[in-house]
Amino acid sequence: MRAPSERDVAAGEILLAVENVSLSFGGVRAITDVSFDIRKGEIRAIIGPNGAGKTSMLNVINGFYTPQQGRITFKGETRNKMRPYEAARGGIARTFQNVALFRGMTALDNIMAGRALKMHRGLFWQLLRHGPALKEEVEHRRKVEEIIDFLEIPHIRRIPVGRLPYGLQKRVELGRALAMEPDLLLLDEPMAGMNLEEKEDMSRFVIDVNNHFGTTIALIEHDMGVVMDLSDRVLVLEYGRKIADGAPDVVKKNQAVIDAYLGVAH
Amino acid sequence: MALNATAQADTFPKLLIRNATVHRDRTAVRHKDLGIWQSWTWAQVLEQVRAFSIGLDALGLARGDKVAIIGSNRPRLYWAMCAAQALGAVPVPIYADSVADEMAYVLEHAEVKIAVVEDQEQVDKILSISERLPRLTHVLYDEPRGLRDYDHARLQWIDAVQNEGRQRLANDPGAEERWHEQIAAGRGSDLAIILYTSGTTGQPKGVMLSYDNVIISAQNGNAFDALGPDEEVIAYLPLAWVGDHIFSYAQSYAAGFCVNCPESPETVVEDRREIGTTYAFAPPRIYENLLTLTMVRMEDASRLKRRMFHAFIDHAKRWGEKILDGEKVPLGARLLYALGEVLVYGPLKNRYGLSRIRVAYTAGEAIGPEIFRFYRSLGVNLKQLYGQTEASVYITAQPDGEIHADTVGKANIDVDIKIAENGEVLFKSPGVFLGYYKEPEKTAEAKTPDGWVRTGDAGFFDPATGHLKIIDRAKDVGRLNDGTLFAPKYIENKLKFYPNIKEAVAFGDRRDFVTVMLNIDLVAVSSWAERNNVVYGSYQELAGHPLVYAMIEEHVAEVNRSLAAEPVMAGAQIRRFLILHKELDADDGELTRTQKVRRGFIAERYAPLVRALYDGSDAADISTEVTFEDGRKGVLAARVTIRDMAPAPVPMERAA
Repeated sequence: MRAPSERDVAAGEILLAVENVSLSFGGVRAITDVSFDIRKGEIRAIIGPNGAGKTSMLNVINGFYTPQQGRITFKGETRNKMRPYEAARGGIARTFQNVALFRGMTALDNIMAGRALKMHRGLFWQLLRHGPALKEEVEHRRKVEEIIDFLEIPHIRRIPVGRLPYGLQKRVELGRALAMEPDLLLLDEPMAGMNLEEKEDMSRFVIDVNNHFGTTIALIEHDMGVVMDLSDRVLVLEYGRKIADGAPDVVKKNQAVIDAYLGVAH
Repeated sequence: MALNATAQADTFPKLLIRNATVHRDRTAVRHKDLGIWQSWTWAQVLEQVRAFSIGLDALGLARGDKVAIIGSNRPRLYWAMCAAQALGAVPVPIYADSVADEMAYVLEHAEVKIAVVEDQEQVDKILSISERLPRLTHVLYDEPRGLRDYDHARLQWIDAVQNEGRQRLANDPGAEERWHEQIAAGRGSDLAIILYTSGTTGQPKGVMLSYDNVIISAQNGNAFDALGPDEEVIAYLPLAWVGDHIFSYAQSYAAGFCVNCPESPETVVEDRREIGTTYAFAPPRIYENLLTLTMVRMEDASRLKRRMFHAFIDHAKRWGEKILDGEKVPLGARLLYALGEVLVYGPLKNRYGLSRIRVAYTAGEAIGPEIFRFYRSLGVNLKQLYGQTEASVYITAQPDGEIHADTVGKANIDVDIKIAENGEVLFKSPGVFLGYYKEPEKTAEAKTPDGWVRTGDAGFFDPATGHLKIIDRAKDVGRLNDGTLFAPKYIENKLKFYPNIKEAVAFGDRRDFVTVMLNIDLVAVSSWAERNNVVYGSYQELAGHPLVYAMIEEHVAEVNRSLAAEPVMAGAQIRRFLILHKELDADDGELTRTQKVRRGFIAERYAPLVRALYDGSDAADISTEVTFEDGRKGVLAARVTIRDMAPAPVPMERAA
């Protein structure tokens, strides 16, 4: 894992920049001309009412959707189209709104799966189970165990994920994303459907990940309390457009944001 | 030879140095970390403790200073104890789940100078109360996670302290020598540790134990069960509990056996299974939980497996304990038991991590006889032990082969026991505590002038087995007017053993005879009612039903028969009983929040019923105010029937 880096968001260099991105599905405009950036080491929240285009935006960032217009600059490299595996290899990991784990596999194996991209030995060596592949696997396992320890889930290591309660599944999913040692971690509603205690736990892990590994995090979240506490900057979308962007307490006072959430005749 | 070695090694640091020579390359400690068991030999532990100790010295820790130890069972917290003791300082373990305020009391009272804690959680607690602790100079932590950005003026990572110690050892040739001199200056009669007992009332009291107390008790415990350096134990009980201190620290140092620290509190069962402990200690609830888990899992198993399980468990119930105790058992039963061992008992014990167990203890509170027998029938040598902090644990224990579910065994090696006039158990032993820290009046209350310690428990020696039976807290024990001992809880527990009886409240102190009020268990009795075609409309109706009375009367008669078999108790048989028309409830103040009956309060609240129990009437009217779930209050009126019981005859040979 990367050595903890000094956290200096204000002056931080830009890790990812989105410029004038527009995305539509046929006639439906999901995102219209949105620009924003994510600085290295920050926790960046994306909020907005239902259907505002938040998840679409994440999908654009990690290359799952290809925007019709606009450019994305990640780690200094500009492109208008990124493939998911390029994103993954480039250091973008994500979790999903609905848990997307291998339900029949153990928590440990699920997190190990997150290391797949880091395995360099081919199928031949892996089948042999000796020599360099084994050595590599031991090394990966050590990293995975660090994550298990970090997320405080050693007791569920050998339990098939399908049998775990939802809150723990979410944690395993976070573990799998962390196993990729990402530079940018995208969390799609990490606290959805959780009770208060689980939310507090998850919030603490998000902060710890950010602090300890120095990972830049972009998250979508509906719980305003959580968003305001966690994030350094907040981007607000409504109907696919950016209506506000800035520090939490600034955004909170923004009239457009208040209107969007309380509902105003358009 | 052993005597010679121990004669010199009368403190833990001395024992450590002995072990580092005698058991040099033997594993002393294991800790599962990042999924792998890390281990340290005795020689390595000595190196760790030495570095830690000299690091503590550098922080200014001196003879007589107190060091708080707060956290779960981790090697470095155990090492902190020995490292402090090497300097003549006194470790004070504190329950890790205490809230900051409770912690503040102990830290203040013990005048703690350095706190060695597990992680951020504990650091936060201490920092939140630090203005109340002017004497506290340093807080050391084991797990650095989350603490990077904290102000490190008074805060240090244990690693840093150890490194400081190692540096000093490297730079100063005399440092090691001086450290050994410090250890040599320690005496067996010195204060070794202060353990705060939680205490049900008032503030916790600091029990001071000397090295002699703890080490001689541990050696006697080892001798009692022939424990040697090959044992494996798992340390998972609170550090601040005397049980853990003796089992995971003192006995390990005395015998040289290996202590295994689990990965986290949630993984204990799995970790125990990986280690295969040979010596175990647990309060009854641990055994209960394992059993419940098994039963629940079996419900989900396939029908074949379930039938096999139950068939063999029934067989084990019949023969298992006899085989374990070395009694005569027919060959057929033995063979079937051997088959069961392969198919059911072995795999079950493996699940529990008890495959290699030689000695397992349960203590702390009474264990249900059913649960106790279940484990014994599987071939687990589960035994009961009776002890307390003031005795450095050991008062009595059950010797191998002399196991009775309802006794706590015989006096341990070197322990003398006597029963006082009022039935209270008194003891004298090498483990008798020095006193309560800074509370001489309380010490004087607990110790008699001639050196006996009051346990606060009432009990008697069972004439048939010679084993001690604990019946109740001494303050709850009273006497009937004719002088017979009356132990309410003993009688109540016998009654509550029947699933149909949920609660029982016994009266008899300064009365002519014993009476009880009973609560039926709605779940058990309603299913009984269904099977016996008893029709009822409400709890009250069911409780007053003549057939229910008849069934309960049988239970009471059985309890009387069992009381009659015990000479001390025979005079305290139940003469009259009634079944209450409502369930006793904590919301009405009749039970404590921990579901214990509040006898005095109940006697007041149901005064007309108590009067009727003693004035010979066969029914009584009662109306009580009740609190409903939603907080509303109402009045419940009823006519409660009272039944007379004929006392069971006392068996002649016992009465003689």
